[in-house]
Amino acid sequence: MAKSHARMITIEEGFFALFLTVIAFVCLIIAGKTFDQVMAFHTGIGALFAAAGVFYIFKNYFEGDQQAVPQEIDGKPNYNLGPIKFASVAAMFWGVAGFLVGLIIASQLAWPALNFDLPWTNFGRMRPLHTSAVIFAFGGNVLLATSMYVVQRTCRARMPGGVLPWFVVLGYNAFIVIAGTGYLLGATQGKEYAEPEWYADLWLTIVWVAYLLLFLGTLWKRKEPHIYVANWFYLAFIVTVAMLHITNNLTIPVSIFSTQSVIVWSGVQDAMVQWWYGHNAVGFFLTAGFLAIMYYFVPKRADRPVYSYRLSIVHFWALIFIYIWAGPHHLHYTALPQWASTLGATFSIILWMPSWGGMINGLMTLSGAWDKLRTDPVLRMMVVSVAFYGMSTFEGPLMSLRAVNSLSHYTDWTIGHVHSGALGWVGYISFGALYCLIPWLWNKKSLYSLKLVDWHFWLSTIGIVLYITAMWVSGIMQGLMWRAYDALGFLEYSFIESVDAMYPFYVIRALGGALFVVGALIMAYNLWMTVRHGEAEEADTVPAGSLAAAE
Amino acid sequence: MADIHNKEVDKLSGVETTGHEWDGLKELNNPLPKWWLYSFYICIVWAIGYWVLYPSWPMISGYTSGVLGNSQRADAIAAYEAGIEARSEFADKIVAASLEEIKADQSLLEFASANGAAAFGDNCAPCHGTGATGFEGYPNLQDDTWIWGGSLDKIQTSILYGIRSGHDEAHVGDMPAFGRDELLSREEIDQVASFVAQKAGLEPKEGIDLAAGETLYADNCAACHGDDLKGIQDVGAPSLVSANYLYGKTLDAITAQIRNPRNGVMPAWEARLDPATIKSLTVYVHSFGGGQ
Repeated sequence: MAKSHARMITIEEGFFALFLTVIAFVCLIIAGKTFDQVMAFHTGIGALFAAAGVFYIFKNYFEGDQQAVPQEIDGKPNYNLGPIKFASVAAMFWGVAGFLVGLIIASQLAWPALNFDLPWTNFGRMRPLHTSAVIFAFGGNVLLATSMYVVQRTCRARMPGGVLPWFVVLGYNAFIVIAGTGYLLGATQGKEYAEPEWYADLWLTIVWVAYLLLFLGTLWKRKEPHIYVANWFYLAFIVTVAMLHITNNLTIPVSIFSTQSVIVWSGVQDAMVQWWYGHNAVGFFLTAGFLAIMYYFVPKRADRPVYSYRLSIVHFWALIFIYIWAGPHHLHYTALPQWASTLGATFSIILWMPSWGGMINGLMTLSGAWDKLRTDPVLRMMVVSVAFYGMSTFEGPLMSLRAVNSLSHYTDWTIGHVHSGALGWVGYISFGALYCLIPWLWNKKSLYSLKLVDWHFWLSTIGIVLYITAMWVSGIMQGLMWRAYDALGFLEYSFIESVDAMYPFYVIRALGGALFVVGALIMAYNLWMTVRHGEAEEADTVPAGSLAAAE
Repeated sequence: MADIHNKEVDKLSGVETTGHEWDGLKELNNPLPKWWLYSFYICIVWAIGYWVLYPSWPMISGYTSGVLGNSQRADAIAAYEAGIEARSEFADKIVAASLEEIKADQSLLEFASANGAAAFGDNCAPCHGTGATGFEGYPNLQDDTWIWGGSLDKIQTSILYGIRSGHDEAHVGDMPAFGRDELLSREEIDQVASFVAQKAGLEPKEGIDLAAGETLYADNCAACHGDDLKGIQDVGAPSLVSANYLYGKTLDAITAQIRNPRNGVMPAWEARLDPATIKSLTVYVHSFGGGQ
């Protein structure tokens, strides 16, 4: 059989085939021996995915192109777009799913009957499903897609490997499936934003190291003398997330056949590690990674040079050096020592300007091109995104101060703050990037409809404003109710009275969320129509919107 | 190919580029915005000032304690003690007075009601409801049906020691599991349940032997619930002819309770709330309208 083939199986294909075969067998053995039904289910999925991986490696070997993939075609880099296309579609899919689950839990808070008294649909399991789906599934796939695209194009080099990029993208999405189904079935280690259990964490570690190697490999192969600023941010994101993920998930499984595990940290140290992780998940996943997106897509779409190279250097180093210290501000007025809490708050204040450096560079890049905001809703979305970024990164340091935090902590203000960053900044910059990327990837002249982008923009903007303002009001109200004393020195309100007072704001928040979901559905339809019916770009293989290198 | 020698001037802004180019992207060589840089410096200076004033940096053993000598923990304890101090004038009187005296004295009653309402909302409402109207299995405190007694003293005893709480002084008294422990047959349980239901004004099971039920009641239930079915508060046996049934007033619920009874638990609050608060709560609950 192999004789009819022009090429040998590559070391890469052989390695992955062997590795996935081992994984499949390990999964099968665990599935057969475990008494833990969730473990049986997950190892079953694991075996299936791994076997499918092996099958496709061999299918590609026997049926695929017999020549090695060329690095360049006609002197132009032969970019690897397949895995990027997959990640883009996955991002849109998980985005809609994650926003929808968010809408469901927002509605559950207003109307608790929607919990349906079922374990799988109650708020406690749906909430991590929402946060992970939007941060890691939606955000993660956006980061995978854009980073692979940006690093190839700004290095003018094809990503290394044939199986490796697919392993990263598919392996990451397999992690999402395992994590998400785990939450619904009750498998969680109970650490906020790090809920997946030990085996999912281990798998993600492997995938993440592969991602790091893929990214570094592309930088290594680059044909440009310098490394573009977006790639610094992507690299900071990948390296730091690896460090955070591993440190915060140092657990010892109860047994290899069990979904349960025990964390090695204890007490306040555990809390500190958890929020060092949690805060830097915001800093490096949701900020550094998405700033990288901004640094490529905003100047590209505006067709303007980046405002200041010097600012990008200074704010990059300041941001990554200072962000890592700010975690303790999540633990004010707890068992955490006061010195740690002070240190976290002061570094949060120092972080204000480094964060704004990104905003300035994003907004000022528009100088000379502001008129485009009138005609290009995609650019408008990205600019509003940067504005939300500026607002959240001002609000954050403010809330990190103990005096403010004593009012805001544990209230809906925090939820509002997170969502102005998540819906406004991360959401909009991702939407903008996907609106750019989809036509480029599928070689289309333009989007199916800019009018629909307009609708998406306005609906979701109203949604975000409703969401944030409702949470501000309810959060500050909660904080004030909890600290109110009557003339005789007793608490004015019981907790349940403050819950009761939240009702109208929870309804408004759910309405805002619904508008955001509708906007995302319009976007999904628009992108689908772009891929299916968009007008093809002329024979030139350089995607629309990107300026051809001037060779 | 982009390199340092490719510097050009951007026509729109008149600013030079760095000469780098990636995929058509260039960078302007703008300096750092002054306001940005100075704001950054000010934040750093502010932080350093804060570090000097407050505990901030860890040392090999201990930490820098700051020139203000501030301690968040000491502040919290001081605020807590100040709160107690502010309430002590009335609280001490409440502790010294009898429950009846508190009810009779307008200013003490006012204080006790405020204290009781605050304590009730955070400690009792989760089970008894914010309006104290209870839920299935959690007694309504607004009505005049009392399982363990509704006088001031008896309410205070329930709050102090709880019900089946494990406290030595707690009310105890479990209803036997006539079905689960096979004290009565299935048919006998049906008969006695129908008898009770009929007395409570419900429809008994059709064609059931009520006379047998009555005999069974007299032999098995009357010792606690009384010959007149009105219950005996000393043993916590509720009235069976009351409008209010803790676990539901239906034939099915009565049958279930005889077969495999639920014996609800209320925690003892003696160690969790201070004496003034317990007394206040007693007066507060007693004043709902059902107090005896």
